[in-house]
Amino acid sequence: MTRRHEVDTAQLRARYPDVFDRPASARLAMPAMIVAAFAILIYGLVDLDFSPSRFLAGLSQLGWISLMMIPPDPGTSLPIYLKALGETLSIALLGTTLAAVFALPVSLLAARNVVPSNILRFPIRRFLDSIRGVDTLIWALVWINVVGLGPFAGVLAIAVSDFGAFGKLFSEAIEGADQKQVEGIRASGGSALHEIRFGLLPQVLPVIAGQVLYFIESNTRSATIIGIVGAGGIGLQLAEQIRVLEWQRVSFLVLMILVAVAAIDFISGKLRFAIIGRRAVA
Amino acid sequence: MTVAVSILPEQQLAALNAAYDQAVARRRLRLLLGVVVFAAALLLAAIGAEVNLRTLFTYFGNFVSYFDRILTLDNGQRVWTDVGEWLWGWRKWLKMLGETLLISYVGTLIGATFAFVLNFFAAENTSPAPWLRFTVRRLLEFARTVPGIVFALIFVIAFGLGPMAGVLAIAIHSTGALGKLFSEIVENADMKPVEGIRSTGASWLSCMRFAVVPQVTAGYASYALLRFEINVREASVMGFVGAGGIGQELVVAIRKFYYSDVSAILLTIIVTVFVIDITTGWLRGRLFGKEART
Repeated sequence: MTRRHEVDTAQLRARYPDVFDRPASARLAMPAMIVAAFAILIYGLVDLDFSPSRFLAGLSQLGWISLMMIPPDPGTSLPIYLKALGETLSIALLGTTLAAVFALPVSLLAARNVVPSNILRFPIRRFLDSIRGVDTLIWALVWINVVGLGPFAGVLAIAVSDFGAFGKLFSEAIEGADQKQVEGIRASGGSALHEIRFGLLPQVLPVIAGQVLYFIESNTRSATIIGIVGAGGIGLQLAEQIRVLEWQRVSFLVLMILVAVAAIDFISGKLRFAIIGRRAVA
Repeated sequence: MTVAVSILPEQQLAALNAAYDQAVARRRLRLLLGVVVFAAALLLAAIGAEVNLRTLFTYFGNFVSYFDRILTLDNGQRVWTDVGEWLWGWRKWLKMLGETLLISYVGTLIGATFAFVLNFFAAENTSPAPWLRFTVRRLLEFARTVPGIVFALIFVIAFGLGPMAGVLAIAIHSTGALGKLFSEIVENADMKPVEGIRSTGASWLSCMRFAVVPQVTAGYASYALLRFEINVREASVMGFVGAGGIGQELVVAIRKFYYSDVSAILLTIIVTVFVIDITTGWLRGRLFGKEART
């Protein structure tokens, strides 16, 4: 029995050499990649000043901080924090809406089925890419230079950085739209504007609405952090309390943010289902 | 060829028309209501966010001229006329950029490792116990909802200024984000191999190792690469709170109004992000074929 088994393997080996004896490059690729990944990791840890003693000291420090965070306590500034939270939500809502309003026409220009010419589309796409390459926080710093400290700078920062993201997402939605409706409008004598209004927009608006809602949700998170550089909202309070080491207030603020984000998630999820139905939510 | 178009009698037509009008009117009313509610919310938000259109119009010129200023050298020339002068600090900036990439690399790898370990406990179909799943899920949720830069702010105080805080902040945030995505892949995995392995009397660990992991590694690697891309952007701003990387240089340049430096550093960041985007996209395409791209 055993013997026959051995013969079988030998025969199989002879018959399918490429299964049994894969070339060394294929066999070594995975281990080599893993070794390289870890080599870079070790190099990184050394280069970035990781040392066990520092790590442990930091951890114990972190333990103390966590202990001092309990219980969360807003002190006497609860009204201020609530106002700041409202400000954050306002920043997210306004910034996203502004971005969507401005991105819609531009995304039409960046869509292949609306503007077939590469010459116009290419620079618009690269322009949108560059805007997206710059983080919201950087835009916030730039806008603070222009309109001064405060939530307004935050609104504009979110609007600009989302403009880049929306431009890309919307134009992809438009490119994915069915051309038949557009051709139908054209066949019945509609102008280019009619084609967009009656052929494209009814198809893409639900998709776009879903994306905008999703971004309002994720911008609630972004809006909490742009405050750290001075662009208003709850992030400003959070950064201040961290800097003065008022840990109980910090934990209260973090909890507030978590609750607010969860609430927005819930509401916008419901709205999204209402607008585009259960199936289309990616 | 004639086409017969049947025209309904007047009475029937009127009834249909009325029904249609009613349906459309109802939809319009709903739309109008939605628009009004949305407009009211916007108005409220505008008041809350101290939006002042006059400020915007007065200072919008500043925004445009800001870009004019950051594209002008100290001697009044455009930056691209004297690239050597514009990119004068390129050695330092490249070094900081390298640090940024290293921060995001190490952070992503640590985060992915933790996510890999935790996600089997968070997935519906592989979690050994409901209470464990609940705990791990809440943990991951916490790690991904608190923004990375908030972690960085706290870690800078605990671990001291420097890239270490940035790495740990990115690692924690990536653990949360990747843990959720990974567990979703596991939930979509085929359970038949697991049953097969379990029927041979294998432990939970062997089931994961030999039945689940081979199915999901491609998806994991794809998401981890995507996360690396996102983390490069995130690491570029970690320096704003003192957690290392090029952000430090940028924030100094912006706050001290070293205009041409701002544009030079922004340029290096944008180029790096482009290169990383393209490379990881290519790598994902190479490793996992076209279908894994999204």
